[in-house]
Amino acid sequence: MSSLVVDVLAGAVGGGTAIMYAGLGETISERAGVINLGTEGSMLGGALAAYAATATSGSPWVGVLAGMGAGAALAGVHAVLVVARKANQFASGLTVMFFALGLTSLFGAAYVGRQIHALNPWKVPGLSAIPWVGPILFDHDPLTYISFAVAPMVWWLLYKSRVGLLIRTAGEHSEVLLVHGYSTNTVRYVSVIAGGGLCGLGGAQLSIAYSNAWFENMTVGRGFIAVALVIFATWNPLRVMAGSYLFGAALALSPALQARGYGINQFALDAIPFVVTILVLAVLGKRTLLAAPDELRRVFETRAA
Amino acid sequence: MRFRSRRVVVAFTAVASALAIAAAGCSSAASHDSAATASGSSAPGKDSKAVGFIFVGPKDDYGYNQAAYQGSQEIKKAFPDLQVITAENVPEDDNAARVMEGMIQKGAKIIFATSYGHLDAALKVAAAHPDVVVVQQGNVIADGKVTANTGTYFGTVYEPVYLAGIAAGKATKSNKLGYVYAFPIPQTIANIDAFELGAKSVNPDAKTYTVNTSNWCDPAKQAQATQSLLSQGVDVISQHQDCTGTVIKATEAGGAFTVGYHADASSLAPKGWLTGSEWAWGPLYTDIVKTALGGTFTGSKYNANYRVGYKNGENPFVQSKFGPSVTQETKDAITKAKTDISAADGSPFKGPITDQEGKVRIPAGTVPDYATLDTIDYFVDGVVGELPKS
Repeated sequence: MSSLVVDVLAGAVGGGTAIMYAGLGETISERAGVINLGTEGSMLGGALAAYAATATSGSPWVGVLAGMGAGAALAGVHAVLVVARKANQFASGLTVMFFALGLTSLFGAAYVGRQIHALNPWKVPGLSAIPWVGPILFDHDPLTYISFAVAPMVWWLLYKSRVGLLIRTAGEHSEVLLVHGYSTNTVRYVSVIAGGGLCGLGGAQLSIAYSNAWFENMTVGRGFIAVALVIFATWNPLRVMAGSYLFGAALALSPALQARGYGINQFALDAIPFVVTILVLAVLGKRTLLAAPDELRRVFETRAA
Repeated sequence: MRFRSRRVVVAFTAVASALAIAAAGCSSAASHDSAATASGSSAPGKDSKAVGFIFVGPKDDYGYNQAAYQGSQEIKKAFPDLQVITAENVPEDDNAARVMEGMIQKGAKIIFATSYGHLDAALKVAAAHPDVVVVQQGNVIADGKVTANTGTYFGTVYEPVYLAGIAAGKATKSNKLGYVYAFPIPQTIANIDAFELGAKSVNPDAKTYTVNTSNWCDPAKQAQATQSLLSQGVDVISQHQDCTGTVIKATEAGGAFTVGYHADASSLAPKGWLTGSEWAWGPLYTDIVKTALGGTFTGSKYNANYRVGYKNGENPFVQSKFGPSVTQETKDAITKAKTDISAADGSPFKGPITDQEGKVRIPAGTVPDYATLDTIDYFVDGVVGELPKS
């Protein structure tokens, strides 16, 4: 029994990390007033670029940078379309996602099956020996350890720093920025692109750390889970962190139970993350909308630009 | 052969495919000189100047499609004058028919549709072109629907999997074997059953723990599945997935043994590799082409739902090489088992076979034929895990 619990919780942390990075990136973007449905695309771009750069350079850290760059570049396309051109945010995000899917399938074929020097799990000396806590928190890949710090940093950035104030103002009352001589567009560009970089980092964690493989469409919807997660977490980075582990646990539950021979319908287990989302949306209901940044709420309404 | 259902469910993959087809189309836009059309001969496929192949995925997937592609290239060696036209990433819908039509226009009168879901398009093309042989890999044409220019072919994949199960049963110390699979289709079920039956034949305590991922390739889910199996004491892991690297690398890192599938991946598991099963399509493809070129396809064994295994010919699914830890005793046991199941009265599924509930499914002494096992829908005794029911 204890092995089952440790298995699920360790899987929640390792498997939830990619979703967390993407969720944090989406949080920054949406806090600035831009919803980015291209998250999945930025993750895929990040996963391939990280894998390809690692295979070519031999260094996974070069891969990490390449993954972030690719995620940021794809988000940059979205930023140009919606910030500069004022295109529909939903249409643009989905288009970028399709674009990334096609692009990564085409250029990724050459890297399927290539072996790389991956970011393997590394047990933290001392800490990993602690019963329960050790295997759950301190037997992971380096990008997972980094994520422990990134979530609080994003929280600090958004709520305690001057930059965060600008981002949140762009999302709440962009006219205030104008009055104080700032460019809303610049703030949004930076937020969307930085958010895309984090999505790319999530993709990199999937390809060069957690699963040590590249394959077309390997994110299989995790980017969309991240978008749902941000609403679920009411645009709060620390809740995004907690929520990503909840989704991670739901994903880990099915294999953990099956491996122990529990006779539970796997297809029903696979639906758990989405059932959880529906329940949270049902319980929180309007509260989720009230917590949304004002400018973001306007995106949902039809209005002349 | 697989259900590429994710291609249907995840509609946007079509975009990727469309892009890739465009690329494949460019690279295969070869000679038009052979477009000099239908000679007078009436036998389908006779004197064809070209052979066409369509694949559902990329030719470098280290798996099913790569194996089929390599088989197609062996035809070039056997028939140097024949043009071999290939198209990758062909979706399992009407696009497949269009790609095949294009190949026919380039002079191909023999076409191989290599994915399970290509069957409908293949039959449509065959009906429109009675002079073209269209064969499909892995699916089954319904009773009475096999026309003079169609057929399906496949290998009995569970036979080498049974032999690999023997290696697994000998190697395990915990008596817990693991199997990561995608969907409960008959081919996969037969593999898991054969794996357990092989292990049990040399180690009565061996049990096979199954985890399904509901996806042909979700590497993160595979990583989690492998971790879960390892954490509960499984020390030999096999799989039926499209992409195989993640499970093998995680198994090796966890100090457990690997039994491979689709391709030789022994380089990914230098310590833990036991053996595996992989495709070798060349001889079968070559013989089908030879039969068609000679004008004798109609009425031949290929003009049917042809299944080839150890009993009736060269199984295109062969055993991989052995890893360093496999003992001579194990190798001898496997050699003997291969002789046994190749005999007329032999089979991995020779009765009595009982299912998980203890019900006898194949009575003692009965040897099921290949067609029966094409539709198997139960786990045998010793397999742990419930088969998902819809």
